[in-house]
Amino acid sequence: MIFLVDFSVIKPDPGLVFWTTIIFATFWIIVGKFAFKPIVAALRKREDDIQNALDAAKIARTEMENLKEENEELLAQAREERTQILKEAKEAREYMISEAKKKAKEEAAIIVRNARNDIESQKSAAIKELKMEVGNMALEVASKIIREKLNSDEAQKEYVKKLVDEIGMN
Amino acid sequence: MRGLILSLFSFCLIFGITFGHLTAQTDDQPSPLKEVVEEVYDTKAFDPGEKAIGHIVDANAFHLFADYYFHLPAFLFAPGYGWTILSSTRKFKPASKGNGTLAIDRYVLYYGAIYRVNDPSFPLETVEIDGFHYDYQKDDDGNEISVLQVVYRGNNYDLDSKSTIDGGFFGGKITSYYDFSITKNVFSMLLTFILLTWAFFSVAKAYRRRDGMAPKGFQSFIEPIIVFIQDDVAKPFLGNNYQRFMPLLLSLFFFILGLNLLGQIPFFPGSANVTGNLGVTLVLALFTFFAVNFSGNRHYWQHILWMPGIPVPVKFILTPVEVAGMFIKPFTLMLRLFASITAGHIVIVAFVSLIFIFGNAGESLSGSMLGLLVAFPLTLFMLAIELVIALVQAFVFTILTASYLAAATEEAHH
Repeated sequence: MIFLVDFSVIKPDPGLVFWTTIIFATFWIIVGKFAFKPIVAALRKREDDIQNALDAAKIARTEMENLKEENEELLAQAREERTQILKEAKEAREYMISEAKKKAKEEAAIIVRNARNDIESQKSAAIKELKMEVGNMALEVASKIIREKLNSDEAQKEYVKKLVDEIGMN
Repeated sequence: MRGLILSLFSFCLIFGITFGHLTAQTDDQPSPLKEVVEEVYDTKAFDPGEKAIGHIVDANAFHLFADYYFHLPAFLFAPGYGWTILSSTRKFKPASKGNGTLAIDRYVLYYGAIYRVNDPSFPLETVEIDGFHYDYQKDDDGNEISVLQVVYRGNNYDLDSKSTIDGGFFGGKITSYYDFSITKNVFSMLLTFILLTWAFFSVAKAYRRRDGMAPKGFQSFIEPIIVFIQDDVAKPFLGNNYQRFMPLLLSLFFFILGLNLLGQIPFFPGSANVTGNLGVTLVLALFTFFAVNFSGNRHYWQHILWMPGIPVPVKFILTPVEVAGMFIKPFTLMLRLFASITAGHIVIVAFVSLIFIFGNAGESLSGSMLGLLVAFPLTLFMLAIELVIALVQAFVFTILTASYLAAATEEAHH
């Protein structure tokens, strides 16, 4: 078999080797340095930015959770405090009421006692006055009887009766 | 997007004005060359293998279609004669099929590729040639080989191919000249370089301008790919060291991917088989080799030269193995990329060739239609596979480079 065309692709040609070296080296140096390097750096930077953002979000979430817990704690505490205050207020009210009642009772007792004392003293004063009045009346009756005695029996009786009625009516 | 189209367009335009010339030769003056060439080619039946090889090899002019070529500048060096610099292969005044009608400093253009006459009796100045001819000769081992010759004033002169540095291993040798031209492959690499530079500079600018914001537009298209290389290639292997090697890994990945994909486009400015050329993959593998060994730490060299923790006799076996491994690793990188891309290109051309085989090389239309029916789904399938291969090979090259770098920079852990 005779080939008229040379299968030259398998034979490295120095000219092609030279040009390939020049072109690829230039490509590597220029595009590598001014395009690939900045691109890779930019990708790296973005990767880092995304990672940082994710980390920050994670931290924020944990903080939020902590805050929430704290809030709940605070709320529970407040609730407890409220119950405590209410309880205390109730106790205070009850105490005040009972105190007031006690005082009122005491006062009432004093008033009653005073009133009783007054009544007692008034009564004794009235009795004394009555006694004096009865004595005077008796004296008056006695003096009038003595004066009428002299007139008649019947008349005397009548007279006494009239006097007694008068006294009784008073 | 407008910037991309603009840069693409201006690149082709500037290139075209400066060096390249689009040519279609009119046949107003029949040249003897045409007949000679046709004598060589038309007597042969359609050969898909040859067609495929013709499509995957490098060339000095970019074949567009039919007799149209996009001509590229040529920088040629012949030891003892010095430099021959041509602004474009148009200077050879190509007639049909990219065959030049002139010889300049003993250089000629045949099917868009430059060859040199290595014969002191051939004139050094620019002369008109009569055509080309294939001579069947016996090589040193007695095998019959075909030698391309140029016909000048009734005499046939053997033509040299350009020097190659495979050391005769693949049949190449150091010949009378070196070709440093902007070839089809170099042109494709320059185009890829410009496209990728434009793309990544605009993406880098977007990152600067939109700092701290979500990616947008082209940036959001590129970002997942970069993040993929970063998170699935660089970080698992290199750990915290990854940022140091990201420019190299990304450069390798996108350069290979760009060239692979550009090669998938079946017409100009695509279609060049760049990453399917051993010279190109050799250089890429060498970059990996040097990057790995220059960043190798004490631990790495210790493991290669005098592996700790094993008996001394075993060390004498292991050290040569490890040293060989240093070279075998990038060598496999070179071969893997070259082989898969070249194979893909060959298979696609072979499938397309089915149309011509069925059509008996254009003689039968109904046969061609049958061939098209068979070739169309096969080629479509192959193109889809090739897209995957373009991505996978770029990825494999990058991930293996990352793993070698990881082995070289790993800290001792025992």
